[in-house]
Amino acid sequence: MTFGIPNFIGDMVREYSPWPELALGINVILAVIAVLAVGIGSAPILIYMERKVCAHIQCRLGPMRLGWHGVLQTVADVTKLLFKEVYSPKGVDTIMYYLAPMISLTAPFFTLALIPFGEQWQVIDLDFAVPAIIAINGLGLFAILLGGWASNNKYSLLSALRSGAQMISYEVSFAVIMLFVVMISGSASLNDIIATQSGTVFDWWIFKLPVLGFVGFLMFMCISTAELNRAPFDIAEAEQELTAGFHTEYTGTAFAMFYLTEYINIIGASALGSIFFLGGWQAPLIGIESVDNILLAVPDLVWMFAKIYFLIWLYMMFRWTWLRPRIDQLMSFEWKFLLPLSLILLALGAVFTAMGWVL
Amino acid sequence: MMTASKYFHAMITGPISLLKGMTVTLRYFFNPGRIVTEQYPENKATLKMHDRFRGRVELIHNEENLHACTACGICEKTCPNNSINVLSTKNIAGKKVLGKYLYRMDTCTQCGFCVESCPFGCLRMAHDFEMSSADKQTFNMTLNKTEGQG
Repeated sequence: MTFGIPNFIGDMVREYSPWPELALGINVILAVIAVLAVGIGSAPILIYMERKVCAHIQCRLGPMRLGWHGVLQTVADVTKLLFKEVYSPKGVDTIMYYLAPMISLTAPFFTLALIPFGEQWQVIDLDFAVPAIIAINGLGLFAILLGGWASNNKYSLLSALRSGAQMISYEVSFAVIMLFVVMISGSASLNDIIATQSGTVFDWWIFKLPVLGFVGFLMFMCISTAELNRAPFDIAEAEQELTAGFHTEYTGTAFAMFYLTEYINIIGASALGSIFFLGGWQAPLIGIESVDNILLAVPDLVWMFAKIYFLIWLYMMFRWTWLRPRIDQLMSFEWKFLLPLSLILLALGAVFTAMGWVL
Repeated sequence: MMTASKYFHAMITGPISLLKGMTVTLRYFFNPGRIVTEQYPENKATLKMHDRFRGRVELIHNEENLHACTACGICEKTCPNNSINVLSTKNIAGKKVLGKYLYRMDTCTQCGFCVESCPFGCLRMAHDFEMSSADKQTFNMTLNKTEGQG
């Protein structure tokens, strides 16, 4: 395990200061700040984006009043949310009630720390990043179960149980799809997965494998939507049936933490999608020298975020287009369709790897 | 019970129907011209209400400030809220003509029955809607501009 994405400040402290051990502490602080900047900085942008996308799909304008085209609206909303009173209803399990949003917010930050946003922009370079992400995903589920149970509310509990069933089911095919990518690229480290896709656009896994890559990408999008508890798979917070699901009883900052979790999870999932199938931070080169030079001049961070936001836009289009299935339809979709298909995909990927058709 | 053929059929038709839905929303998303939201206070100057909008009741007057009302009182009888009082008078020739068309907007529900029931088509629903007032007397209106005309 390397804590060692070399950074200017840490190196300088290690070299010139009388206490070189301080560098480790400074590096940790820098890492925390970086992850918080991506996570918390993106959330207001995503909330604004979601409102605008949903409004334009529904022939509306969305927020227009505060600032230019309503850009300050989310700032106002977040401020309002933070200043609201935090209270717990009668009969809740107080410790667990307040523990749940904290756990739920911890999990997505773990994922963000593992993701390389650029060649030099990563907090931890784990060799076993993909298994680690599969493990971390369990934490989010744990938080939802805890929050639903501790709320002492029938709807919250129902929602938590449904969400548990859903996320455990979809985690299976999520893991299988991730293993498919790990198998064809031959490494579980996210940096290595990106490195195997270097070259032109057609070297990305979505196009590199004939049909399989594209099917894999579609399935990844589908399964990760379910993993994110987002519509059309938002069984956990189906408003018409369960009021707001597991976060019905939460107010103020505690609710904001659940809300933030949802949006940071979206960033994590679409970052994974772009790393696995769209070449991560690599520029979309098309093989023509003059165009490629222009594309390479753009920093890798910009390409990574462009891909992430494209995938987020796709998630939003899904959310505002499609209908929510019933819980039994959802489960049969997973166990009767997605899991067999992902296993077939895994087997075909194994055949391709064994025959050497991949690289 | 789901048969195998149904299962594979749904595998093909499902994604196609999903894509159909996506094309609709994508078309809306990339066509800002379809947006129907009115930015009300800002577009006051250009705002045009649609034809069937029902504001307050209006007695139609032509360019010479003449109306077609004969004070028959059918609108008064039709009105479910008693918002209309047609007070008739007699002109020099002794003929029954409209004296005062009293209309109380505060009790009116803008149902439009009076407009439908008028045999001479001399009523219509006006398009102005910024009618709020702190003074109740402003809602008691006399709709005809000239008295004893006809």
